[in-house]
Amino acid sequence: MTASPGRARVSDVVVEIGGLPIQLRCGDPAFVQQIGERYAGYVTSSSKPSFHFDIELAPRGALSGDEDVRVTWDSGRWLMQRGDFRAEWYPAAAHGTIHQTINPFSLDSVLRIVHTLLLAGKGGFLLHASSAIRNGRAFLFSGVSGAGKTTMARLAPPDAALLTDEISYVTRQGSGYFAVGTPFYGELARAGENLRAPIEALYLLAKGPENKIEPLAGAEAVRGLLGNILFFARDPEFVRMVFDAAMDFTGRVPVRRLTFVPTASVWELLV
Amino acid sequence: MKNARYVARSAAIASRALGEETMVMSAASSTLFTLDEIATLLWQSADGVTPLDEIVRDKICARFDISPDVALRDAEDFVEQLAAHGILLISDQPIASPVLASGEPR
Repeated sequence: MTASPGRARVSDVVVEIGGLPIQLRCGDPAFVQQIGERYAGYVTSSSKPSFHFDIELAPRGALSGDEDVRVTWDSGRWLMQRGDFRAEWYPAAAHGTIHQTINPFSLDSVLRIVHTLLLAGKGGFLLHASSAIRNGRAFLFSGVSGAGKTTMARLAPPDAALLTDEISYVTRQGSGYFAVGTPFYGELARAGENLRAPIEALYLLAKGPENKIEPLAGAEAVRGLLGNILFFARDPEFVRMVFDAAMDFTGRVPVRRLTFVPTASVWELLV
Repeated sequence: MKNARYVARSAAIASRALGEETMVMSAASSTLFTLDEIATLLWQSADGVTPLDEIVRDKICARFDISPDVALRDAEDFVEQLAAHGILLISDQPIASPVLASGEPR
């Protein structure tokens, strides 16, 4: 987990999410150790990194946390910026830099953005959704904050493997879609299991007086899905790729509205 | 008599037909629009070289029971709304080719 390129001693860790190993290098070994702990379950030593980021830590107070995220494509690189980080990534050269505060959640945000950009090119996306595997099939529960994503994760039966309670990782494989575990978590504050499974259905969450499932199709399904896909880059090519992925997904995976009472019995409806 | 107006689909959009509807997403703002059957006809005909009144007459009035005046007024409102979101271009002259709002090959 260490290397010595030239003068400074640089530590590194490789974090593999969705089958994509990314090497993270930093001159502060304590921070690298923090990253390793944050992404436990997703750290690998066997995979060759697809690319790397050099992390430069800013002194406390040097960056402000108030600015909204901005992602733009400029001269062969993606620029990613928020109050607490500034990053640039050169996809063709397979490297980038991250200038950030010591808060590991700044890195978390950069990784989410990088994965949305990478997934878009492969027909996948990140979705505001909890997800879990049961009986070899993945179930996604999507909605805005407060819709019940974490609640559905908490109510999952013991034989279900939780992939995430916050951000689901959706990949296209052949003619189907798979959900992949991620370390991106919400209120549950624990990483999902590093597993993958074909997606059985996407449920758009609504709380109500009784448990009910209604199939959605056409424009309604697309609107429901697109409303919950993570969009960072306001870039025509990126938007087109995500739009096409959403159209394709709704043509292949059942999309349903799940109105539910927050009790464990809701899971009995699903499988 | 009003001058002819021409409409063209912006290149900075993503769109897909779903049955008789069309979904259009603005690449600049990610705003999503769902066009009904009549709006879809207009959208599909917005080639930049056919005047709007001709599209209304030949594509909409020929198929739906609606007066040309009302249809044209509705169509003008509609294209102006879409133009305000940057997904449709309007001009008094034929529009040769839509222009990408931003972006480059990568």
